[in-house]
Amino acid sequence: MALIEEIDYGTPIPITDQRVALTIDGQSVSVPAGTSVMAAAMMLGTKIPKLCASDSLEAFGSCRLCLVEIEGRRGTPASCTTPVEAGMVVHTQSDRLADLRRGVMELYISDHPLDCLTCSANGDCELQDMAGDVGLREVRYGYEGESHLSAPNDTSNPYFTFEDSKCIVCSRCVRACEEVQGTFALTIQGRGFASRVSTGGLDFFNSECVSCGACVQACPTATLNENKIIALGQPEHSVLTTCAYCGVGCTFKAEMKGNTVVRMVPYKDAKANEGHSCVKGRFAWGYATHKDRIIKPMIREKITDPWREVSWEEAIGRAASEFKRIQARYGRDSVGGITSSRCTNEETFLVQKLVRAGFGNNNVDTVARVCHSPTGYGLKATLGTSAGTQDFASVAHADVIVVIGANPTDGHPVFASRMKKRLREGARLIVADPRRIDLVKSPHVKADYYLPLKPGMNVAFINAIAHVVVTEGLVNQDYVRERCDLNDFESWARFIADERHSPEAVEELIGVPAADVRGAARLYATGGNAAIYYGLGVTEHSQGSTMVMGMANLAMATGNIGRAGVGINPLRGQNNVQGSCDMGSFPHEFSGYRHVSDEATRQMFEAFWGVPLQKEPGLRIPNMLDEACEGTFKGLYIQGEDIAQSDPDTQHVIAGLKAMECVVIQDIFLNETAKYAHVFLPGSSFLEKDGTFTNAERRINRVRKVMPPLAGRADWEVTIALSNALGFSMNYSHPSEIMAEIARLTPTFAGVSYAKLDALGSVQWPCNEAAPTGTPVMHVDHFVRGKGRFMLTEFVPTQERTGPRFPLILTTGRILTQYNVGVQTRRTQNSLWHEEDILEIHPFDAESRGIRDGDLVTLESRSGAITLRAIISERMQPGVVYTTFHHAKTGANVVTTDYSDWATNCPEYKVTAVQVRRTNHPSDWQERFLAEDQSLRRIGAGLDAAK
Amino acid sequence: MPILVPWDESRASEIIVAHVSLEGAALPILHALQEEFGYIPEEAVPLVASALNISRAEVHGIVTFYHDFRREPAGRHILKLCRAEACQSMGGPRMARDFLSRLGISWGETTADRALTIESVYCLGLCACAPSAMYDGEPLGRLTPDKLDALAREARET
Repeated sequence: MALIEEIDYGTPIPITDQRVALTIDGQSVSVPAGTSVMAAAMMLGTKIPKLCASDSLEAFGSCRLCLVEIEGRRGTPASCTTPVEAGMVVHTQSDRLADLRRGVMELYISDHPLDCLTCSANGDCELQDMAGDVGLREVRYGYEGESHLSAPNDTSNPYFTFEDSKCIVCSRCVRACEEVQGTFALTIQGRGFASRVSTGGLDFFNSECVSCGACVQACPTATLNENKIIALGQPEHSVLTTCAYCGVGCTFKAEMKGNTVVRMVPYKDAKANEGHSCVKGRFAWGYATHKDRIIKPMIREKITDPWREVSWEEAIGRAASEFKRIQARYGRDSVGGITSSRCTNEETFLVQKLVRAGFGNNNVDTVARVCHSPTGYGLKATLGTSAGTQDFASVAHADVIVVIGANPTDGHPVFASRMKKRLREGARLIVADPRRIDLVKSPHVKADYYLPLKPGMNVAFINAIAHVVVTEGLVNQDYVRERCDLNDFESWARFIADERHSPEAVEELIGVPAADVRGAARLYATGGNAAIYYGLGVTEHSQGSTMVMGMANLAMATGNIGRAGVGINPLRGQNNVQGSCDMGSFPHEFSGYRHVSDEATRQMFEAFWGVPLQKEPGLRIPNMLDEACEGTFKGLYIQGEDIAQSDPDTQHVIAGLKAMECVVIQDIFLNETAKYAHVFLPGSSFLEKDGTFTNAERRINRVRKVMPPLAGRADWEVTIALSNALGFSMNYSHPSEIMAEIARLTPTFAGVSYAKLDALGSVQWPCNEAAPTGTPVMHVDHFVRGKGRFMLTEFVPTQERTGPRFPLILTTGRILTQYNVGVQTRRTQNSLWHEEDILEIHPFDAESRGIRDGDLVTLESRSGAITLRAIISERMQPGVVYTTFHHAKTGANVVTTDYSDWATNCPEYKVTAVQVRRTNHPSDWQERFLAEDQSLRRIGAGLDAAK
Repeated sequence: MPILVPWDESRASEIIVAHVSLEGAALPILHALQEEFGYIPEEAVPLVASALNISRAEVHGIVTFYHDFRREPAGRHILKLCRAEACQSMGGPRMARDFLSRLGISWGETTADRALTIESVYCLGLCACAPSAMYDGEPLGRLTPDKLDALAREARET
């Protein structure tokens, strides 16, 4: 194996059908119109020397190394800034050019250290390469004059170092921060000889930098270099794989030294991320080999016993015999399983197969229950399929972007960069969110409408928008007539036109001035291609499914589904939450969203798996916990999910877990849920196995093993062993065989195979005979369900109400550097940016409670109370407080309640009535947590006590 | 010279608001801030950035690009000594070096008593009477060490 080298054309290649023919060094070539001479030459394999150019950035023309001669033109134009013309005759090498280039290099090197042999970029330095290319042999200026050789380093960032003395001021990092990431955290300070790259007067760590790594990747020298490269040296081979953080699903080159990851570098040719990354995927992967990894199977009789390390055979044998015992005693339905949105499609498919065929019931559910189950329900009901309608690239064609209940710059940063790029090009922006997220106003981005909704009022809001569309004659009649069910449309139009849905009628309720709602509605309906992007602020409500349908209604009524630039797009939280849903993780659905009661589908599965299957849907996670508390549900197999931290009303979750007789956890860490488990099966990180993840745009990306599983087995192998021990035979030697079974049993995956994924890089489902290379945009000519179906979306307020005891509303979210329950990111240096969960509170609410910035406060709801630190923030509206749930010891979900979406039981994390007051000690729950945290995690002597 | 006004966030905000709707508002805002405070206080950078909806790094880039934007208060008087070719040929560098050492400061610095700031300038168009300088906006020619010392004395007294 070798390093994957990507071609750098020097400038972006325009997308156009127009071609231009020219001659370069005697060879003719035809290239897209608008291509630079530099890129055209590279298409012939002719490398023109360059330093400031990179095809991820617009041409800049500053380094003067790429000069060429063009017949009939005076001088020596820069090939990066010169577009091709028909019939152009270009010479890239001549004596004159060689002299000029050598002269330029001589100037660069006169202010650059000559420590190549000990330099961290040795072996990966474009400056070094160029010196070699131009034949630099001496620097006549000497080194006595003024220079920057003693400029100090900036080592404030935990992941990379800025070595100013090696900077050639090519501006690639500054431009990458602007053009690729869109943060504008870097600038050139001063002018002339004093010009230096600067973070604006602060060091990297304290500056506006978000550590996405774009500057590090763009740097042609050692100036911005990964600390891992500085410590370990250059990698020797690389493997393409997919990030295991959010639902963007970035492809990375895992650059390796043997079995050690040296760095993760985003892959330019990847459709999801196009060579970009964020601080999590790029840098925060050290958790995979963290010392806390559990790599020995463990068992215990009672959760109060210490864990005992045992062999794989013993652990799996114990799990299987317990499940069999429980089923024999309490009945077939007394056990179940939870699939993981963090594991691969193949692993998820096996877990649900184990439950349906091995346990013989449908008690399987997944984390999507608590995040995007309303998306599945709402989009299936209206459009016919449980997924977002677009690919990410679609955003580049949007004219109006609507962001509802999502915080893309924190939650989905790489997609946010694409969105911000389009916004800088002039797309209009509407943001509806109780919290003023960064997108509302950040450098070079400003929302045309910011609608600070009161939490829980989404449906009233979307109905008001639709009311304006219908009553002001903004419905796209042709589209509706051609593509939608007209009876449904008419009854919906009558419903929505009712005065009770008007912006004026709901103004006070939703907290947004009617004029703004009208303005936003008009902009959405008439501003060209309008695209809705949404997140958990839509789904995690007691009307989550209604809101999803409300957005689908709106998009259909305005003709904004079925082409590039429009659509309804859930920004899915986890790397494979889309995939885990696709794979049949819900109790009522087989893979591909086919109901278990559907005879033909069930018979196909029964025939293939050779066992009878149940036609009644099984239990959802909350039902499992309820039944556990009632004593009828006794055993649970959980692969890669931490319900004791992530699910609402933590104390109820724990009560349910404690009531079970056998909880089997398969995870890479001894997580919160594992404190209540009896069998622990070590999991494998994404670096340790083969498989696929499906991202938020339905893109199936390959996950490739770069190191052997630390515990000896990949997750899919563990599930196979457990199933075989239960007596239901599974026999696969590689995940590709599992995908073959998925493809065979799932029409939307029929055309998916590892061979195709390797050939194409990725495909978006549906991928089958009708769409052999996949489907970037759905519902192009007609909706998947046939005619689009308008659904009536009556607003039924949540039962969670504020009152004298709990006068504030708590809403939860996440921040850039931490990821979900933090199991991974808390084990990286990302915690330097976010050490604890913080309560954001409006100055008005803080003042009336005597709370000062940084005070410890008690946050209490009817479910429970926690203590955390408060900061005063005008991001919040009065009456609403906000926190994150990244830290187990904070226990944010102790406070959230058991209210949930009417259709899918998705918990109402986003609306909890609370009170906040100053305190000086941890809450009772937190004190209990700290006490139990130690005792329930003890690992005693086992096979290998010396671990 | 303007009387230095201490940093006042609400005054700075007023100044920013008064200029923000101009086309290319960054430079007028920065000039107005310097007019008021005598320099561009670091605290003003985020305010300007927010008003223009650009990053603070970008504002920093603008402020540092123009030599005449100060990042700290100047002395009561400013002497700009020309360091361009004609003045160099007339002994300017040596005279400047000696003068700075008598004052005990370097280029761009201000004397401890806040009387005088010495800055570089590259050609005032006074090459015929080099070495030349500009003192509080007034051109000076045919400088000598004595003339410079006299200036420094005057600066301390006024």
